[in-house]
Amino acid sequence: MSEPKIVDARGSFCPGPLMELIAAMKEVDVGDEVEVLSTDEGSANDVPEWLDKVGHELVENFQEDGVYHIRARKAK
Amino acid sequence: MKKILIVGGGMGGTILANNLARRLRKELDNGDVKLTMLSASDQHMYQPGLLYVAFGKVMPDELYRDQASLLEPGIEFHVDPVASFNLDGNQVATASGKTYDYDYIAIATGSQAKPDNIPGLMENCNHVYTEEAALKTWEALSSFEGGKVAVVTGVPHKCPMVPLEVTFMMHDYFQERGLLDKVQLHYTYPIGRLHSLVNVGKWAQKEFDRLGITYETLFNMKEVDGDKKQVHSEEGTTVDYDLLIGIPPHKGMETIEDNELGTSGWIPTDRATLNVEGHENAFVLGDTTNLPISKAGSTAHYEAEVVGENLAAMVKKGRRVRDYDGKVFCFIEAGKDRATFASFNYTTPPDPQPPTETVHWFKLAYNKLYWNSVRGLL
Repeated sequence: MSEPKIVDARGSFCPGPLMELIAAMKEVDVGDEVEVLSTDEGSANDVPEWLDKVGHELVENFQEDGVYHIRARKAK
Repeated sequence: MKKILIVGGGMGGTILANNLARRLRKELDNGDVKLTMLSASDQHMYQPGLLYVAFGKVMPDELYRDQASLLEPGIEFHVDPVASFNLDGNQVATASGKTYDYDYIAIATGSQAKPDNIPGLMENCNHVYTEEAALKTWEALSSFEGGKVAVVTGVPHKCPMVPLEVTFMMHDYFQERGLLDKVQLHYTYPIGRLHSLVNVGKWAQKEFDRLGITYETLFNMKEVDGDKKQVHSEEGTTVDYDLLIGIPPHKGMETIEDNELGTSGWIPTDRATLNVEGHENAFVLGDTTNLPISKAGSTAHYEAEVVGENLAAMVKKGRRVRDYDGKVFCFIEAGKDRATFASFNYTTPPDPQPPTETVHWFKLAYNKLYWNSVRGLL
């Protein structure tokens, strides 16, 4: 499996980590993974909510040293 | 002699050039520094003014100045866009076939709307990101006699306040024309709230509820069916429209992609120093960075001041003096005569206050003051 594409959205309030992820998802192939790094607490909820609605897969979601690591796999 | 090369004559490049010319006046006059700007156009446009063109409030010719007239004496200006970058060799080649070498380079080539990236969007939406499109939007709004107006937003896009501003301004525009009871304004947004900034989203939701503007979140455009007048989302929902206002997705410029400087034309940038990652003598500013902050004029402005201060210190004393803290300031038009603003940085989110007429008039004043701002005076 190839390494995930990293979206470093730390310190982002605008346009926001989820918007960065949405833009990144358009650029990768089905099956590829994208990992968002975010310091925005809302992202830990926003991102899984969007992935669920669109139908992509949430691979993992954890916090380490104040940074959320949210990894998703493009499903379609 | 130290050679500083600025690529791009938009807001970021122009403020930087003028800032440096003032800080390095003696060095420029002595011939110790050479400051060169390469741009794709001899004209400079105040892009935020296009929003007002769409409502017939400003004519396009009010938005342009000759680029050369905005530059401090001593800045060498060429209308000759860069075709290829050699950051390892400290050299660029231009469209005319010339080469320029440098000691320091700042890249501020900007971004462009790409409505053609969403099937059907370019043919069917009205937007405000080119002069031609803004005039077409004015025609569409002024001839509209009622029905459903849908606002759809792509990512990433320039100036995150525009989806809200255009919606509020349409509300007051149709009210002024006595049409509001025949118009349904429907706002959509890509994420799970009305704006990416939490506080702005909360404020906008209250305003929309008060004004009767309907909304749908988690709506990412997949395609537009112009025959059926429908927009389909990635999430599987559909919005009908009689008039479609689009905030198209944006990309960086082709020359950045063609030279493999960054995906989609966004150059990987150090968030504090604004260096091109891996190149200590190369800087990026404005829309050209890949930083996860607003692609907005004020971002370019604050970044240009940091790069200007640092570059001048490096030339004079061999070291930089400050970091960029992510500062952004956005006006938010909340109708035809009310506005508020959002000010924030990497660590402090915005807290928009209720809109006032005073802030609206200050925004209109800023539209004129811009020409002093871009000269580096404000």
